[in-house]
Amino acid sequence: MQTTAIRHEREPLILGNPTLHDITAKIAGIAESKPNMKFLTALGFSATLMAWGIGCILYTVFNGIGVWGLNNPIGWGWDITNFVFWVGIGHAGTLISAILFLFRQKWRTAINRSAEAMTIFAVLNATTMVLSHTGRQWLFTWLIPTPGNQMNMWTNFRSPLEWDVFAVNTYLLVSLMFWFIGMVPDLATMREYVKSNIAKKVYTIFSLGWDGSMRKWHHYEMAYMILAGLSTPLVLSVHSVVSFDFTVGILPGWHTTIFPPYFVAGAIFSGFAMVVTLLVIAREILDLKEYITLKHLDNMNKIILATGMMVGYAYAMEMFIAQYSGNKYEGFVFLNRATGDYAWAYWTMVLCNVISPQVFWFAKLRRSIPVMFVISIFVNIGMWFERFTIISTSLHHDFLPSSWGYYSPTWVEVSIFAGTFGIFLTLFLLFAKFIPVIAIAEVKGVMPNAQPHHHHDEHEEH
Amino acid sequence: MKAVGVLGNFTDVNAIVSAASKVNEAGYTSWDCFTPYPVHGLDKAMGVKRTILPYISFVGGCIGLMTAIGLQSWTGAVDYKLNIGGKPLFALQFSIPIDFELTVLVCAISTVVGLFHLCKLPTWWNPFQSDKGFAKAMDDEFVIGIYANDSRYHQENVIALLQSAGATDVRVVHEGEEHN
Repeated sequence: MQTTAIRHEREPLILGNPTLHDITAKIAGIAESKPNMKFLTALGFSATLMAWGIGCILYTVFNGIGVWGLNNPIGWGWDITNFVFWVGIGHAGTLISAILFLFRQKWRTAINRSAEAMTIFAVLNATTMVLSHTGRQWLFTWLIPTPGNQMNMWTNFRSPLEWDVFAVNTYLLVSLMFWFIGMVPDLATMREYVKSNIAKKVYTIFSLGWDGSMRKWHHYEMAYMILAGLSTPLVLSVHSVVSFDFTVGILPGWHTTIFPPYFVAGAIFSGFAMVVTLLVIAREILDLKEYITLKHLDNMNKIILATGMMVGYAYAMEMFIAQYSGNKYEGFVFLNRATGDYAWAYWTMVLCNVISPQVFWFAKLRRSIPVMFVISIFVNIGMWFERFTIISTSLHHDFLPSSWGYYSPTWVEVSIFAGTFGIFLTLFLLFAKFIPVIAIAEVKGVMPNAQPHHHHDEHEEH
Repeated sequence: MKAVGVLGNFTDVNAIVSAASKVNEAGYTSWDCFTPYPVHGLDKAMGVKRTILPYISFVGGCIGLMTAIGLQSWTGAVDYKLNIGGKPLFALQFSIPIDFELTVLVCAISTVVGLFHLCKLPTWWNPFQSDKGFAKAMDDEFVIGIYANDSRYHQENVIALLQSAGATDVRVVHEGEEHN
């Protein structure tokens, strides 16, 4: 009985107590409404940015990566920084959709669709970054073990870069399947809701003829749980494998065992920051304040605070271990990070990632839209600098002082990075317009009184 | 015109669960509930057997794992031996990331393919869809439909059963007919 009482005191997941039909009308209605000026302006801006970025990628393809600022010894710069940055962004979506699902965190239902969308668009950007840096981009099939590659050689499975090909593509495909399967019932709702014939046809095709049959729901729920179960280790594995790109190398600063957990915590940290950034904007523009409530944002800010401190711990620990190990190269690289040529990047990272989220200790600040928006931007910036710091500082001063160097990007790299934001925002805006931005069926299922009050269900519910 | 079956709508979630038990107890086999979201316990009330999907996924996962080990050992240690930094041509240790990824990938693909197969997706047309009230199952109502091809199907009995179970708007749906 006590648990029941506590449950009723909890803040409701959806405000305003809408009926089931209100939910349908609200979410499906977004696709029916005429795009307003704000939306079109945003789309125009992001599409322009996207076009500019793609243009610069093509410029790179035709001229070679010599147009970038990379040099010897710094062979990885903004390209890999951006790759790791974007892969990391994706992790929040998978965590929300998979891990929070397995833990029966019902608050996820209002935000999982958009977070998963964000995952997919972010990972697409990551693959774009990694493909563009390969030099001869048209030979991308050499990354995949296909017969008939150069001199009949196969891919090198002993290389972590090859593991990465598998990890990132698996992540992309599994996220895509999970997202689509989760969407099918909502697309069927859209099919019945929209008035225009063309829209009806399109939703009919993509909803695969879903009819809400309970016999199908029975299989469906199992499929959803299996996909959630499969995505859960993916959250941990993808960024671990990305970190192997560095740890398997012998460079001081990269060759450390702390990297996999440290990268995963950082990925979740940056991903949640991006979700907060986007949802703060989306709930405003799409008028979804009853659905994406302060409670959701509060919960995400708590995760940002927790993962931010894990990242801070990792910064401190790798600095300590580097000195404690007695390895002079290792010790030097870390001192150089904090005091050398790239110290500005290191301290930006510490300020943004460790200091700034501390404001989330206070409930009032966790629930303030302007504060969380600013902090989430800080975290996005900080996490980008984390990757930049790791990559540049280890490469620019490694073993021999005679082969030290410094790296700055050219306008092409900066443009490509800006362009990836264009791709990301364009896809997200189109998604928000045409695809149910909130998981309609899932939200309906967690509404009060949505589930039958059965004597035999009583135990499962509590 | 041939009848497709009989439909009855419910607005209360508790009502459809007890109605589903009644239809199940009456011995019908070709019937279904249509709901806007998965209703807990409704599948049990309908007497739906536990899905075999996990077995399909498991087989898929095994295929993925064997593919990964086979691919890495055959290409590296059999088809084209290449000495790279003195590392072994094949070893389980370095194969683990790709073993894991391919297991997950093929398992996920087989889950989706298995789901499509078990749910007969895509089937773009349910004969009940010619009925306007049926679309409510995508919105805020719960619908029970008993198909005419059920061996126990007698129109009057079916209508009486659904009415006694508390359904509103019990109606017969005919093929190709537009109902309002």
